[in-house]
Amino acid sequence: MTAALELRAGALAVGGRLLWSELELTVEPGEFLAVLGPNGVGKSSLLNVVLGLRQLQRGEVTVLGGAPRDAVDRVGYLPQRRNFDPSVRIRGLDIVRLGVDGHRWGVPFPGRASRETWRWVRELVDDVGASAYADRPIGQLSGGEQQRLLIAQALARRPELLLLDEPLDSLDLPNQAAVAQLVSKLCTERGVAVVMVAHDVNPILPYLDKVTYLAPGGAACGTPQDVITSETLTGLFGVSIEVLRASDGRLVVVGQPEAPALHGDRHH
Amino acid sequence: MLSEMFSFPFMVNAYRAGTIVAVLAGAVGYLMVLRQQSFVGHTLSAVGFPGAAGALLLGLTAPLGYYAFCLVAALVISRVHHAERSAQAAVVGTVQAFALASGYLFVVLYKGVLSGTTALLFGSFLGITSTQVVVMAGVATVLLTALVILGRPLLFASLDPDAARAAGVPVALLDLLFLLLLGATAAGVVQITGSLMVFTLLVLPAAAARELSCRPGRALATSILIALLVTWTALAVAYSSPYPLGFWLSTLAFGTFLAAKAVSRVRA
Ligand SMILES: Nc1ncnc2c1ncn2[C@@H]1O[C@H](COP(=O)(O)OP(=O)(O)OP(=O)(O)O)[C@@H](O)[C@H]1O
Ligand SMILES: [Mg+2]
Repeated sequence: MTAALELRAGALAVGGRLLWSELELTVEPGEFLAVLGPNGVGKSSLLNVVLGLRQLQRGEVTVLGGAPRDAVDRVGYLPQRRNFDPSVRIRGLDIVRLGVDGHRWGVPFPGRASRETWRWVRELVDDVGASAYADRPIGQLSGGEQQRLLIAQALARRPELLLLDEPLDSLDLPNQAAVAQLVSKLCTERGVAVVMVAHDVNPILPYLDKVTYLAPGGAACGTPQDVITSETLTGLFGVSIEVLRASDGRLVVVGQPEAPALHGDRHH
Repeated sequence: MLSEMFSFPFMVNAYRAGTIVAVLAGAVGYLMVLRQQSFVGHTLSAVGFPGAAGALLLGLTAPLGYYAFCLVAALVISRVHHAERSAQAAVVGTVQAFALASGYLFVVLYKGVLSGTTALLFGSFLGITSTQVVVMAGVATVLLTALVILGRPLLFASLDPDAARAAGVPVALLDLLFLLLLGATAAGVVQITGSLMVFTLLVLPAAAARELSCRPGRALATSILIALLVTWTALAVAYSSPYPLGFWLSTLAFGTFLAAKAVSRVRA
């Protein structure tokens, strides 16, 4: 079985600055990987590498057995924090539909094919539980409602690899749990490989197969139990970090490095 | 009255040109509003003024100046398009101010057409030649064909550039093509509305249509329909009244916009 995503000895530089290096990743079909790390460490940039929109400085990346750009049709992507301007008066349904055929030249003409497409769009919207508001202009929906529709858009072409950049960001706790569950269902039932960038690991912790912690210059990968530990994180970031486990199983990372401390070389 | 009006060849040409321009402005204007590029559109139209004045100064025809200047301005603006948004607004504003200033200079240098300045700025339905109509029709055919071909990916890239890029849509190329499309459209519209009144056809019908439908296809068709009705009515009223075309165009377009706003209020 070919891996959904494979990265060997990857190193990425953006604007002449090395973000991370020595990154080793393997995500098999049906696996759920979380990418963690402080702001600006290069998590979104990692997804851009997988999409073929950025090139690695060193190392090799294989997506669904080939070069990243050859796999665009089979990869779903949810960009980070997109809120539509309140003035955008386009239905949520139309936004989801763009994920189905928005990349095809021409305009859709009414007819059998178009009705089929709309049926599929409604199904996608149903799956993410957004049917109640998908007919309203997307600019007038809440951040969480928009996010659900955008997840439906990312699923539109039945991707084998799903890249989600902080999808839980604008959701309240019950919705975070619901989306985490939805994503894990995709993994287990449809064999979709998922790479999710997250800031808080707790909502997805029960479903995760693997975790990658990115740090300036380096990275740590493995099971959550192996990676999210005081020793590993202290070694990775070079500052004392403590991982505590609450009685309900939630992890609390104390002394998490702040973004500015890591960005002494960053000019504003 | 209608038969009397159409017994004048200049009125027939005015209606032909008005119809072509309305269809183009309604369609391209809708996308311009969606892309929040109204300021760019206004600048491209302002550039038509020195274009026409300069062409007359050189002994060429005004339409040649309109098309040449608007397309070159579109290319210039596309060069700074990828710069920061604030920087872009500054450059676009500078281009606009410079365009109006040099247009004024050309008019002063070419003492003969001083009386024509009003027409260049505020529009006129007099003296549209058959050649002008043929050129407009040719350009409109090319532009509308391009719009149909670019259709869905252009909508995708306009609403959601990050997701579109990941899906394989050439977003940067579409940005450039749309600017050229907008430049050529502006060059056509200014020939009827004058440089300062383009918005009556480029923005108001689109803004009204947006209030009436939040499905892209229907809103686009509505935008074209409103632009057509406004143009046809304004031409008839201007023909039989002492007030200029630009006044009637803007009054009718603005009235339609207010009515559409009211309708969407009532519906909501
Ligand atoms: N186009 C660009 N040009 C120059 N630098 C860039 C560009 N895009 C990103 N960067 C820089 O690359 C670094 C990594 O950015 P990235 O968006 O990948 O971080 P991230 O880990 O996703 O952060 P966050 O948690 O805030 O989303 C940042 O320092 C950012 O400033
Ligand atoms: Mg990011």
